[in-house]
Amino acid sequence: MNGKEQLDREITCIVCPTSCRIQITGTMDEPEITGYTCKRGLEHARNELYCPMRMLTSTVKILGAKFRVMPVISTKEVPKDKMKDCLEEIYRIQVTAPVQEGDIIIRDICHTGADIVAARSMKEAQ
Amino acid sequence: MKTIQVDLAVIGGGPAGLAAVAEAKRQGIGRVVLIERDLELGGILQQCVHDGFGLHRFQKRMSGGQYAEAFIRDVEATDACIQDNTMVLEITPDKKIYAVNETEGMLLYECRAIILAMGCRERTRNQVFIYGSRTSGVLTAGAVQRYINMEGYLPGRKAVILGSGDIGLIMARRMTLEGMEVEGVYEVMSSPGGLTRNIVQCLEDYDIPLHLSTTVVKAHGRERLTGVTVAKVDENRRPIPGTERYIDCDLLVLAVGLIPENELSRGAGIEIDPRTQGPVIDQNFMTSIDGIFAAGNVVAVFDLVDYVSETGEIAARGAARYLKEQKEGNKEGHSAHTYKNVTAGEGVNFVIPQKVAAGELTQDMAFYLRVKKPDERVVLSCRMGDETLAKKKERFVAPPEMLVSRVQAGCCVDNDLTVEVRKEVPHER
Repeated sequence: MNGKEQLDREITCIVCPTSCRIQITGTMDEPEITGYTCKRGLEHARNELYCPMRMLTSTVKILGAKFRVMPVISTKEVPKDKMKDCLEEIYRIQVTAPVQEGDIIIRDICHTGADIVAARSMKEAQ
Repeated sequence: MKTIQVDLAVIGGGPAGLAAVAEAKRQGIGRVVLIERDLELGGILQQCVHDGFGLHRFQKRMSGGQYAEAFIRDVEATDACIQDNTMVLEITPDKKIYAVNETEGMLLYECRAIILAMGCRERTRNQVFIYGSRTSGVLTAGAVQRYINMEGYLPGRKAVILGSGDIGLIMARRMTLEGMEVEGVYEVMSSPGGLTRNIVQCLEDYDIPLHLSTTVVKAHGRERLTGVTVAKVDENRRPIPGTERYIDCDLLVLAVGLIPENELSRGAGIEIDPRTQGPVIDQNFMTSIDGIFAAGNVVAVFDLVDYVSETGEIAARGAARYLKEQKEGNKEGHSAHTYKNVTAGEGVNFVIPQKVAAGELTQDMAFYLRVKKPDERVVLSCRMGDETLAKKKERFVAPPEMLVSRVQAGCCVDNDLTVEVRKEVPHER
């Protein structure tokens, strides 16, 4: 999207339970943001407009544990438009028990700066 | 039958039970046993791979497993006995627990105090009444969550979700990320059942439509589900003829609410609040039976695990005080106090605790409540006659978000309390 294209978006603010409906019009270069009721809401809308970020949680295959999959989580938020690439990388991985919570499973996934770590410990199955 | 004497038995190793055991040991309770029916501790947290846990307590966005592990480490560092893979069959009013497991057979625990932390259970198809054959492919959201996140397989290819409870919303995103198609979420009520942030992050982010005032009226298929019929409903939640629509799908996910799991509590004769469907409790989370406490979702369904852990700790401190009084030969429990009622007043659907021991509060007392309807600019207050014991402004309230209010230690309770949520009036600013 170039900076001159006309925007017409509405987002629901999730900063607090008030759930303001925020309208974004204008252009990327000069957006008009209305409907927010606090500074954090405005900041949230700007982030959603320029670089929406999300935590990434999923599972990876694990061998030798009580269960077949192990939950993983990103150490920080990753850009929303890189979620798909990150997930594909996660689904290619296979680990072997035992794993400790916090063990790094994938370092700097898709050059996002976030690591993917084990979200729980998994012992070897008896 | 093996008989074991303990000071405190905690039933259920989910977030409430784990927090209760850790706090009980910090309070110096001697012999503590944690009885869990699953193979491992953590309860439902272990199947919650999504983040959003621990925001209040750890100021971090953790996934369910990470949150559980923090508490499991605390518990394993104590000398509390962890009895997993063990099912409690019965609790008696004189605090005996009958349990069973594979290796030891029947067990009898003679307890001086008990904390109930059995959590809650999902409503199933039987409780929402859908016409049609009883095919496979109709599952609760929690079951789908367990299959995908722990057992590691997908229970269908194309799903329809009935109900907009939080677990259903979370699973809508999860199924999409796992490559399943989620046709839509159907909610019989005119407003969503789950938290707004889940609607936004789980549905809107993935363009999954939410259809309000719409329900599933029929399930199709012989052995496996082949589709469902949905229809709009009127204000009395009755399907409107002519609005039916058929949807091809092989999975119907039910996210239609949670009910505290109180079979054991009922069996012991504990008084149950018809509104919360959990035990009636006092400010220490003690039930109607002396020395039996309850914590977490078994008391009322919470939406944040942070509060569940907090109630486990309140109950453990209550149990520690109870045991101390008993040891010193003081009167303890109900005989030592007269109780005042806590009533859900204007705008409030339910409030816990439902009663408070009369006298000066020795520590802050937390109230947990849900409002009846969404509202803006309200004042949440706890009144005793004309006196206001606690007051808090809220910019926005809605039934899916549980509210907490605290009355400070030192307040003297000598009358019934009313908790209410009213419109803010200008002079109160």
